[in-house]
Amino acid sequence: MPGYARKESLIRIALAGTAGVSLLFLALIFLFLLVEGLPMLAPRSIAGFLCGMSWYPTAEPPEFGIFPMLVGSLAVTAVAASIAVPLGVMTAAWLTEIAPSGVRRICKPMIELLAALPSVVVGFFGMVVFAPFLQNVFDADTGLNLLNAGVMLAFMSVPTICTVAEDALFAVPVSLREASLALGATRWETTIKVVIPAAFTGIGTGCMLGMSRSIGETMVVLMVAGGAGIIPASLFDPVRPMPAAIAAEMAEAPFRGEHYHALFAIGLVLFVFTLAFNIIAQRIAEANRQAPD
Amino acid sequence: MTATTQARRIRERILFSLLRLAALTNIAALLCVCGFLVWKGLPALSWEFLTQSPRKAMTEGGIWPCIAGTVLLAVGSLGLSFPLGVASAVYLHEYAGRSRFARYIRLGVNNLAGVPSIVFGLFGMSFFVITCGFGISLLSGILTLGVLTLPVIIGTAEEALRQVPATYREASLALGATQSQTIARVVLPAALPGMLTGAILGLARASGETAVIMFTAAVFYSKNSGGSLLSPVMALPNHIYVLATSGTEIAKTMPLQYGTALVLLCLVVGMNGIAIVVRDRMQKART
Repeated sequence: MPGYARKESLIRIALAGTAGVSLLFLALIFLFLLVEGLPMLAPRSIAGFLCGMSWYPTAEPPEFGIFPMLVGSLAVTAVAASIAVPLGVMTAAWLTEIAPSGVRRICKPMIELLAALPSVVVGFFGMVVFAPFLQNVFDADTGLNLLNAGVMLAFMSVPTICTVAEDALFAVPVSLREASLALGATRWETTIKVVIPAAFTGIGTGCMLGMSRSIGETMVVLMVAGGAGIIPASLFDPVRPMPAAIAAEMAEAPFRGEHYHALFAIGLVLFVFTLAFNIIAQRIAEANRQAPD
Repeated sequence: MTATTQARRIRERILFSLLRLAALTNIAALLCVCGFLVWKGLPALSWEFLTQSPRKAMTEGGIWPCIAGTVLLAVGSLGLSFPLGVASAVYLHEYAGRSRFARYIRLGVNNLAGVPSIVFGLFGMSFFVITCGFGISLLSGILTLGVLTLPVIIGTAEEALRQVPATYREASLALGATQSQTIARVVLPAALPGMLTGAILGLARASGETAVIMFTAAVFYSKNSGGSLLSPVMALPNHIYVLATSGTEIAKTMPLQYGTALVLLCLVVGMNGIAIVVRDRMQKART
């Protein structure tokens, strides 16, 4: 083998090794969550952990039931999705189908900037502006509740949904639109009956990614969700989603005590949830790519 | 017939304005958050606020150590993730093609991007802080944030490589250059502006991240914040969070909270703004 060829293959191997770092860290994250979470799960039933109603980590004996947190996480995600999905898809449709290119060039970066807002700043805004607003307008007991967290998360996930949905709408061939318009459909009818159905899988990917972002977001739910570990009965009840519990309690949990391990076990549940959302999103995207045009 | 056409036209009008309303709602939300913080935060900003340390149990003085800490964390993490990310992107785009190994790596990168920041925090604490023994320190924060920003860098760097025309590579190879020479001297220089855009986005992401540094690097107050790689740092996001939620005198520190939030907002939105403008320029230059 000539010298340069050996050098080339060495470079190739070095680069491949570097690329493997991402995969390695993903595996390490999973491994460390397992190692730190299992000591708490091992002597208990996983069902009792997931479905238990009470979380008293410092009581004697301690109780570790995360069902209210699980419901809390799903509830804020559902509220956020019910706002963000219509808003994101409608915005994407407006950007691709209607907005003149000049307006589009200004509006699109602004929507991207919405994703850039640091989560702690959004949480702060929710605390000092939106919470008093909710209290005054809806006469809620506390402004820090499910609705507040849902609204803040919605605006954080709109850009994700919008960007992915926009790409999907953009990829719909112009010929489809032209055919529909030539048959006498209005532009609205073309958008709703031809373009959106054709881009449906891409829009679905965007929605899954947006929801994955909401369920894992920490600072917003830590600051504005209210922090009460109860199953919410209304939009104005405070909740304690999983990331908020981890962030709030880690500082007080004795190192490598049961409480500490329990918080890692919650992290593991969260990791599995977001991984599932992401894998579903990728599956949808792949199925779409392989489909014949 | 004409009546129904008329009705359809009107419906189209109404629904299109609904779509426009949706888009405007997002922009209004952005302007609302930024406008409010500028309105409330601007009076708190002063030269002293930006350049001095906090005084009197955090109720007076400035936030300089937090600004410095955030910059150190962000720049340090980029120093780690940029070379790793660019090398990974080069491998994925220039060498691997559609091989099985590359597919697994892509899967890894995509899923790493979706891991919640609090989970990164847990991992950083368990791995860098405890197992590696770095403690709550600048180093632990940099390493964890480096892993967190890696997918951002890989994604944008690969996109930048995709924009380099294949003819550049072919011309170089035809002149007898090896593949690595082609990449180092032709492809990378051409892709550099796009990669730098990604670097700015990575910096912005690392600066605004809170949950990660809460567990790995940040403290609310430290006399020699950022003094060495192994000492804890003060940082803007953590400062806002603690001031707003668990300070002893929340009402008294209100101006400080607004001021700190505004500084962080300007830092992060400013960097994103630069990245967007650079990208826009490049797109225009290309077409």
